[in-house]
Amino acid sequence: MNRAGIFNVVYFFLYVIAQVLLFKRLVLFNTSFCFLYVAFILLLPVETNNLLLMVLAFVLGFTIDVFYDSLGIHALALVTIAYLRNYWLSSITPQGGYDAGSSPALANGVQWFLVYTVPLVFVHLALLFFIEAGGFGLFWFTMLKIMASLLFTISVMLMLQFFSMPRS
Amino acid sequence: MDRLLNFVYQYRAFFTFLLLVLFCSWLIVENNQYQSTRYFNSSNRLAANIISFSQGVREYFSLRRINSDLAEENANLRSQLERYAAVDSLYTDTTRRFDFVSAKVINNSVMMFKNYITVNKGRADGIKPGMAAISAKGAVGKVKSVSDNYAVLISLLNVDDQMSSSIKRTGHFGTAQWDGTDPRTINLNYIARHVTPQVGDTVVTSGYNAVFPPDILVGVISKVNLREEAQFWEIKVELAQDFGRLAFVEIVRSYQKVEKDSLEISTIGDIK
Repeated sequence: MNRAGIFNVVYFFLYVIAQVLLFKRLVLFNTSFCFLYVAFILLLPVETNNLLLMVLAFVLGFTIDVFYDSLGIHALALVTIAYLRNYWLSSITPQGGYDAGSSPALANGVQWFLVYTVPLVFVHLALLFFIEAGGFGLFWFTMLKIMASLLFTISVMLMLQFFSMPRS
Repeated sequence: MDRLLNFVYQYRAFFTFLLLVLFCSWLIVENNQYQSTRYFNSSNRLAANIISFSQGVREYFSLRRINSDLAEENANLRSQLERYAAVDSLYTDTTRRFDFVSAKVINNSVMMFKNYITVNKGRADGIKPGMAAISAKGAVGKVKSVSDNYAVLISLLNVDDQMSSSIKRTGHFGTAQWDGTDPRTINLNYIARHVTPQVGDTVVTSGYNAVFPPDILVGVISKVNLREEAQFWEIKVELAQDFGRLAFVEIVRSYQKVEKDSLEISTIGDIK
């Protein structure tokens, strides 16, 4: 396994620990959740194999589920965006393409990063909350939760990206 | 055959996706079944240990509040004891009906639609799925699954959970169920039109299901509404227990549940 691979294994555990020990507690106004662990799947290198992505997503989602007592829900949502990710990436390729081995991160520009993450995170949250609510019974309340969580999750993701960007 | 295999291979990503999604769906459906002993939840050893450690750290910050809660409960119990000492010692109800096991909350949430509580007592302490959990302030939930040293409770703040409750003043009973929005209030359903519930009435557990002891406080009615055509009142109950600050619960072992259930089933048939 190369250097980047080992880093990603470490990141996997860091994301799980951060999610279950910190972000699980951090809920704003009873509606706004931060599911930062999604960033693990979103930030894997561009040319990562689709199958590998989905297997990783399943393992990560399943681990999160164990702590949230919601067996299968996080796994399903995360596998779905892992499946969609590469198709989405190839349809929003920036001019000049991606650098080899780079991760689809903020280096491609804030606007590009938002175009990349917002729809995927939205799909993830929508699946998560509607499955958990068991249908569309509380549609507007669930929508509110989704939107508030989207804002929160993306903001934290952006902040972390700003801090981890190499200084130029 | 070759072409079929080629086809599967060409769309392998999609088929893997389908397979994983189906598997997840199966897990979700399976996990939704009420009361099952499962391994993959927060009562399994590794997960529970991590959560327990984190709770141990956090606990130091709320010791003052827990202390005052416990002192309050102590005072309450003492006053009850006084009352018992005053009654005739020839107390006739000699059958022992309920027994309590105190447990510490190590994991709890109030913001999801389906909230669960993990506590640090399990099979080794005689806890079984289906038992009730109460706190000093009111009803909390039921045990969903247990491991050797931990148990997961299904919180009252879970849209799947229902609890037989009654209005203390009038004696009419209905079903308490959370609607998934506000963690401070719960709905009381199926109270018929002719009853006159009032804001401020106390709602307690009814004791009809033999899981909960009767007369455990649930909350106080905060809003009543009767629609023109409706058969039942819409009643909002403000919960007595603030679920966001739950620190200790008592698991209720009911000695008569098995007897009561088997008698009812043999009389009216298995209704489930």
